[in-house]
Amino acid sequence: MGEVIVITSGKGGVGKTTTTANIGTALALAGKRVVLVDADIGLRNLDVVMGLENRIVYDLVDVVEKVCRLKQALIRDKRFESLYLLPAAQTKDKNAVSPQQMQELCEQLKEEFDFVLIDCPAGIEQGFKNAIAGADKAAVVTVPEVSAVRDADRIIGLLSANDIDESKLIINRLRIDMVKRGDMMDIDDTLDILGIDLLGVVPDDERVVISTNRGEPAVTDDNSLAGQAYRNIARRLMGENIPIMDMETDEGFLAKIKRFFNANRKRA
Amino acid sequence: MFDLFKFFGKGESKSKDIAKERLKLVLIHDRANISPRYLDMIKDDVIKVISSYMEIDEKGMDIRLSRIPQKDDTYSTALVANIPIKKVKNLGPNKG
Repeated sequence: MGEVIVITSGKGGVGKTTTTANIGTALALAGKRVVLVDADIGLRNLDVVMGLENRIVYDLVDVVEKVCRLKQALIRDKRFESLYLLPAAQTKDKNAVSPQQMQELCEQLKEEFDFVLIDCPAGIEQGFKNAIAGADKAAVVTVPEVSAVRDADRIIGLLSANDIDESKLIINRLRIDMVKRGDMMDIDDTLDILGIDLLGVVPDDERVVISTNRGEPAVTDDNSLAGQAYRNIARRLMGENIPIMDMETDEGFLAKIKRFFNANRKRA
Repeated sequence: MFDLFKFFGKGESKSKDIAKERLKLVLIHDRANISPRYLDMIKDDVIKVISSYMEIDEKGMDIRLSRIPQKDDTYSTALVANIPIKKVKNLGPNKG
């Protein structure tokens, strides 16, 4: 029996879909049976982030409306053993599915897979309620900015009001250079405000954009710091005790020299 | 005006600290859910409790959340109540 994890944030654009794609791929690379469910009905994107947009025949709403069987709608990712995608419908709206139906769908998927990752839509309305209906736990994604952290707080409250008590935080797009200048809230600041446990920290990394352009998750890129962060998150979900990585180790030589001079200039 | 302290990088709060303080205050309101109503509930209860000891001016009463500057340039959040007293009730000899 697997577990259902909803990836949610409240605010849009903080990286829910990218996070879902990367954690899912990392879990599959580690040998787990994984299905990614795109719950953002009407605004589907997980397919295109995964590079599977040309393979969709049926979608989540087709399954719920019994137009097809669940197995027919699952797209197997040929690159990664044991990774599947259940795409969202693009032409329907959020009311095409009910929380009850999502719950049943999750129960069915749990039988077959070790991990069911649900990519939740932004907002706190019907789409959110559907996405969390069948979830056992939640990963709340935020970026270290006031608007995203505020929305994350709201989401944490709503999750616990819906009896999802195991919510953990993913801090996405952390910029070490800005943290050092005191111009971005750091890990401790964010945890202090939100008061939940940390699942992982993903540094801001342009390689994520590059790999998403290609439809390949960043976890497959060995040079990507964010990819490493996602692999670490996957291992934590598998129960391993992995410390938060030191994001400074990969700072380039030039950047180090630049920082040295900048620091001295300030002191002068 | 030319700000000497700013020039030397002292006395200027880091933007992340400002972000953190602002967030903390806004979350107190958010978590309290419909904050004006929540404050009214507190106000009503405070009136009830204090009224058994003294007569207070309910109209002149003011209760709000505010940020109190601390010595180290940070802020702490406090519930500040200003309650004008009309008369202290005579409860007889103190039992304490």
